[in-house]
Amino acid sequence: MIHAYQLNGYHIILDVYSGSVHLVDEVAFDLIQLYENKSAEEVIELLLERYAGNPDVTREALSACIEQVEALRRAGKLYTEDLYAGKVFDFKGRNGVIKALCLHVAHTCNLTCDYCFASQGKYHGERALMTFEVGKQALDFLISHSGNRVNLEVDFFGGEPLMNWEVVKQLVAYARSREEECHKKFRFTLTTNGVLVNDEVIDFCNREMHNVVLSLDGRREVHDRLRRTVNGKGSYDLIVPKFQKFAASRGQKGYYVRGTFTHNNLDFTNDIFHMADLGFTELSMEPVVCSPDDPYALTEADLPVLFEQYEILAREMLRREEEGRGFTFYHYMIDLKGGPCIYKRIAGCGSGTEYLAVTPWGELFPCHQFVGDPAYSMGNVWDGVTNTALRDEFAQCNAYARPDCQNCWAKLYCSGGCAANAYHATGSIRGIYEYGCELFRKRIECAIMIQVARMQRKKSR
Amino acid sequence: MIRIETLDTRDLAQSVKDGGCGECQTSQEK
Repeated sequence: MIHAYQLNGYHIILDVYSGSVHLVDEVAFDLIQLYENKSAEEVIELLLERYAGNPDVTREALSACIEQVEALRRAGKLYTEDLYAGKVFDFKGRNGVIKALCLHVAHTCNLTCDYCFASQGKYHGERALMTFEVGKQALDFLISHSGNRVNLEVDFFGGEPLMNWEVVKQLVAYARSREEECHKKFRFTLTTNGVLVNDEVIDFCNREMHNVVLSLDGRREVHDRLRRTVNGKGSYDLIVPKFQKFAASRGQKGYYVRGTFTHNNLDFTNDIFHMADLGFTELSMEPVVCSPDDPYALTEADLPVLFEQYEILAREMLRREEEGRGFTFYHYMIDLKGGPCIYKRIAGCGSGTEYLAVTPWGELFPCHQFVGDPAYSMGNVWDGVTNTALRDEFAQCNAYARPDCQNCWAKLYCSGGCAANAYHATGSIRGIYEYGCELFRKRIECAIMIQVARMQRKKSR
Repeated sequence: MIRIETLDTRDLAQSVKDGGCGECQTSQEK
């Protein structure tokens, strides 16, 4: 399968199953698409007619191009067949260790963001803070179920985790105390809305947190419209100076400023550029996922606008890069040379198997987006995963388990997409959230184009 | 001259033969 597209003046051919990317001119772009299903002679006749006014398009030139295409086919870089579908059952037999936990240290929040999937931090349940004892048991559970794996990931999440800051610090200290004897290395992440960030939090995080995620939606009026305090006040002016200090103190690395865009700010690139202009360099902006009835929900009619926005973002990133003031956009980070192997690409994110969320009460869920749904309770940190049928269902939920993904060119980049989004959109973790797929495909096209542009830029120097 | 330029990319088919090491993070580790 190939995927051919034009973007930013480039003609790009992606060979789906080998991962090869080809930058071609207009004639080769047409030829490669036609030659997939037509004979060489048919292709030559069609293109001689199509490019009749072009003196460079001769029978000899087209024949030479077809020879080059055949060489790429023989090299396994074009028209590659799907080698993986038959092997998909092998992918289930991964080693079964748990690699990461999301610790919900606070099911409460000091903001009341309208679009919060966690229902203002409460996850449709009671307000609660995780005790040190529950958190300690969760860390012990992770250590004992992580096999020989050395690096373990722990996210401090909520709600707002800084509302349980003392326990966060105690849990970090406990984990560090177990590292040497257990031959483990913990990497912590903290996701915060910024309200309670202070110098002590910054200093501690800079010592202990591998990463911090700072929630900011962009321009003041955009951010304050949906991210307000319990008293109804906007939070932009309170948090931005703190985030600027936080990011600077980390040397502009090991953090993300992460926003959510909605129907209210379809020109979300202006929010990303605003973040960059505030001095932040590690950026992410996610489309809101919510009920279609919500007033800020994205609509089908918004899609063409969003596609254009992603293209604007890619072009502006290249321009700023050239000017020496580039920034990172999370979804455009793609490593064509050293990206993940095919096993990882098919198996997906690891939710429900390698990654679990822990509630303040120690209950286990497949990931943070399933927390609070009794149908997805998997066990607890004392007894472990007791709902093994559910774990097996997640283990088998991959790019090849979703019928809707079979003909999609992007399935080896998204691994079949987010199980939680699929579940909330279709009622099944093996469904797909088509709206998210549309945006994902556009982002991958842009990400690959950026790599192509960088290659061309390097060559011209 | 009709132009085809191929980027340097990881060969996914080769990574089947290599076998997955399982060291990847939940979601570039090994």
